[in-house]
Amino acid sequence: MAERVFDIRKQTGFTTIAFACFAMLYMPIILLVVYSFNAGTSIAIWEGFSWRWYASAWENEQVQEATLRSLVVALWASGISTTVAVLAALATTRTRRFRGQTAVFALINQPLMVPEIVTAVALLIFFAMIKVATGYTGLAYLILAHSAFCIPFAYLPIRARLQGMDLSLEQAAADLYATPFQVFRRVTLPQLWPGILAGAMLAFVISLDDVVITEFVKSAGQDTLPTYMLGQLRRVVTPEINAISTALLGISITMVIAYTLLSKFRK
Amino acid sequence: MTNAISARALRKVYPGNPPVEALGGVEIDIADNEFFTLLGPSGCGKTTILRLIAGFEHPTSGTLEMFGQSLLDLPPYKRQINTVFQSYALFPHMTVAENIGFGLEMLGRPKTEISQTVGEMMELVQMSHLADRQTGQISGGQQQRVALARALAPKPRVLLLDEPLSALDFKLRKNMQLELKRLQTETGITFIFVTHDQEEALTMSDRIAVMSDGAIRQIGSPREIYDHPADRFVADFIGDTNFLSADVVENRDGAATLRLGSGRTIAARAAQGVNGRVTIAVRPEHARLGTPAEGLLAGVLSDAVYFGTDTHFHVTLEDGTTFVLRQQNSPDSTAGFATGDPVGVCFPAEVAQVLRD
Repeated sequence: MAERVFDIRKQTGFTTIAFACFAMLYMPIILLVVYSFNAGTSIAIWEGFSWRWYASAWENEQVQEATLRSLVVALWASGISTTVAVLAALATTRTRRFRGQTAVFALINQPLMVPEIVTAVALLIFFAMIKVATGYTGLAYLILAHSAFCIPFAYLPIRARLQGMDLSLEQAAADLYATPFQVFRRVTLPQLWPGILAGAMLAFVISLDDVVITEFVKSAGQDTLPTYMLGQLRRVVTPEINAISTALLGISITMVIAYTLLSKFRK
Repeated sequence: MTNAISARALRKVYPGNPPVEALGGVEIDIADNEFFTLLGPSGCGKTTILRLIAGFEHPTSGTLEMFGQSLLDLPPYKRQINTVFQSYALFPHMTVAENIGFGLEMLGRPKTEISQTVGEMMELVQMSHLADRQTGQISGGQQQRVALARALAPKPRVLLLDEPLSALDFKLRKNMQLELKRLQTETGITFIFVTHDQEEALTMSDRIAVMSDGAIRQIGSPREIYDHPADRFVADFIGDTNFLSADVVENRDGAATLRLGSGRTIAARAAQGVNGRVTIAVRPEHARLGTPAEGLLAGVLSDAVYFGTDTHFHVTLEDGTTFVLRQQNSPDSTAGFATGDPVGVCFPAEVAQVLRD
């Protein structure tokens, strides 16, 4: 490779700053992981290695329930948001340019811009009105709320994939007598899969991780894993919290790795 | 007989600021069974015509018919027209055989018929041994053949080819030129071929339309286009040409007498009513060197460039312009002139083409 005119790594202090940043980012997480294996009940005093907090979390019925609820919500939310995102991405990349296209793009990505707490309060009030009117207090509120804020996360990778696709392939299919729907089914969709999977996984992780909106929207007894953990922190804190966090971290890392592999695979 | 493709006042303007007129009122008639080439520099509108015929674009105004039926309201998938794309546009998630069979599958043909036709097509383009390969695993030349077979398999009435040979190397391109011509003759399908390569156009076509700036400059057989270019653009774009100024002394219903810069006069054909100062074109290989006395033009031999099969002589004429002649070399002949010699440029009067402005 040719010599770069400006190589930031050669600037004084670069290495120090870089290491300091990484330390800031990952030291707390490493500590959290380490103390999840603590044999004692403290999250700050090391008393030897043990799996006891993982076992205790595993057997904790509240944790089980919250985990299950988190997974159900995340699965529904990623499914719904990905479907909507595919349609939105098609509408913003496979149509003639229309008036207000930029505005539509901004609207789709609105959840990224609006402070989460604002959305949370708005949803709380809005759903409260529906709850009063219908009497329904089930999980659908959470699923809908999660679906809504997951849409941009699913939309962005799918749109990127669609924009990167060679339009002449779709033209070739239409030229070979494929109707618009057949073009989508046989040519667009098979190539879009990596983007769809990436979008769905991103949406899944984002949903799994949400605290603020969930805390506001959930009805009584509808704790997800993150809100359960938040509740626990207000009481006695044991390394069980660390164990659950580490398990969540494991899931996220797995997803990120899968996502990276998929993006490599599509090239 | 009705034409395969017929366009009247076909116009295409791309919106924008300012709007771009890609085609300005093109008239074109392409006969059934013809190998027709649209030739011109990039941006001349030749690909736009192709995209209008395929249905990927909609004309701003004008009519477009295939075998007497209007194409304007038909989406691409309802036109019996197939395209070989410049980028080939093979489906990367399908095998070679699946690509070739795609059109027939979309037409809802029975499986046995599809596999039979696909087999025939792969034989036609000599790809049978690679039927189960993914399209990413075959070479550029092979992809080109697959693209061709895929477009031919549904037996379209018109085949569009968008610079399909431009990505191939020289030798492969030469082979494919002959092969395309052979396929066209064998299948009897009307081929509409787009290229910017004049040599390619001359070798393969039955007729050529030379285009520039969204307009057709001349339509004719390769011979007509080469020997009788209609205007300066065509003469310049196809082959090498010497341009000379001449004055029309007399023009009697197209039989004109022209006075060259040297003062000598020649008889030539010109359009009716052409008078005054005109430009004439003379191909380098149509002229030969002679003595100043026998030449229609006189000058000094300024350069002789040896090219193996022929030699190019550069003659500086009396008015300072350069005239290039091309003479074939033979083992027993020498030109007989050395640089610096006064020479004459000789050509039969009928090779001089009076050009339209």
